[in-house]
Amino acid sequence: MIEQTEIWFVIVALGIGSFLLRFLFLGFIGDRPMPPWLLRHLRYTAVTVLPALVAPLVVWPAANGGETDPMRVLAAAATLFIGFWTKNVIAAMGSGAAVLLIAHYLP
Amino acid sequence: MAQSDVMSSFWRGVRHGVPFILVVGPFALLFGVIAAEAGLHVTEALAFSVVVIAGAAQFTALQLMGENAPTWVVLLSALAVNLRMVMYSASLTPHLGGIALWKRGLVAYFLVDQAYAVSILEYERDPDASPAVKFAYFIGVVLPIVPFWYGLTAAGALVGAAIPPELGLDFALPIAFIAMIAPALRTNAHRAAATVSVILVLCLTWIPFNLGLIIAALGGMATGAEIERRYGL
Repeated sequence: MIEQTEIWFVIVALGIGSFLLRFLFLGFIGDRPMPPWLLRHLRYTAVTVLPALVAPLVVWPAANGGETDPMRVLAAAATLFIGFWTKNVIAAMGSGAAVLLIAHYLP
Repeated sequence: MAQSDVMSSFWRGVRHGVPFILVVGPFALLFGVIAAEAGLHVTEALAFSVVVIAGAAQFTALQLMGENAPTWVVLLSALAVNLRMVMYSASLTPHLGGIALWKRGLVAYFLVDQAYAVSILEYERDPDASPAVKFAYFIGVVLPIVPFWYGLTAAGALVGAAIPPELGLDFALPIAFIAMIAPALRTNAHRAAATVSVILVLCLTWIPFNLGLIIAALGGMATGAEIERRYGL
C-alpha cells in the first residue's frame, strides 16, 4: 500500500516538475532568435524522440513479458511501410491494427 | 480575414486531434485501472492525470511507488521520462514563441506526445502561418483529447477491473506514433536521424532512469543536423 502523503507529494512535485520541463524553452526563450545550429538540431526532434520512445515497446513489449513478439514487430513494420509510402496516417494505423487483429484471431 | 484563418486552423486541429482519442482513451483507462490496483482513490488517480498530464511518467511513478522506491527516485525517474518534453518545448518555440506568455503557459501544460507530434508536423507543412494560427491549431488538437484523458482515468479507477492484455491495447501507442512519424521521414537526413536514434536506444536500455532515450534522441538529432549541414535539406 502506498502512503497517502507520499502520493500527494509525488503528484504535486511531478506536476510542477513536468510543467517546468515543458515551459523551459516556450516560456523563457519565447520569440528571441535561436542560433541556426540549434534550429538545425531541433528540426529532427520529432523523428528521433518518438521512434526512440516506441522502439523498445516494439522489440520488447511489456504485455508479452518483455519477450519479442513477431506479430507486434510485423504490425509495426506494416505501419511504417504503409505510412512511409502512402503518407496517410490513418491508413498506416489501420494496417498495423489489422495485422494485430489477424494475428489475434488466427489459431 | 485573420480571424477566419484562426478559426479554420482551430477546426483543422480538432479534426486532426479527434482520432487520437482512440489512442489516449485506452491509455487513460489503463492508468486508472492500475492506479486503483495500486491502492489509489479515484480522486488521487484523477489528480495524477490532471496535474501531471503525462502518461508514461505517471506509469513510471506508480510502478516505482508500488515497489516502495524512495520518493526522490520516483520523482527523478518520472521526470527523466519527461525530459523529452524539453525537446518538444524547444522544437515548438520557433513557431509559438511569439504568442502571449499565458498562452505559452497553456501550451506547456497541454504539451503531450500526441499534441506535439500532430502540431509540429502541421507547422512543418506550413511554417509561414502566423503564431496565432499555429496556437489555434494546437488548442484545436488538444481540446477533444484532454477530456477523455481525465474522464477515462477516473472511469478506469472506478471500474478497477483489469483490461485483458490479449486485446493488445498496449500496442495502440506504438502504432499511432509509427504511423505519424513514417510520413515525416521525407529526406535522407530525417531517415538517418530516426535510424540512429532507434539503434542507440535499443543499445542503451541498460542506462537507468530512461536516460538512454535522451542520449539516443540527441545522437539522432546530431546525425540529422550534420547531414543537413553537409548536403542541405
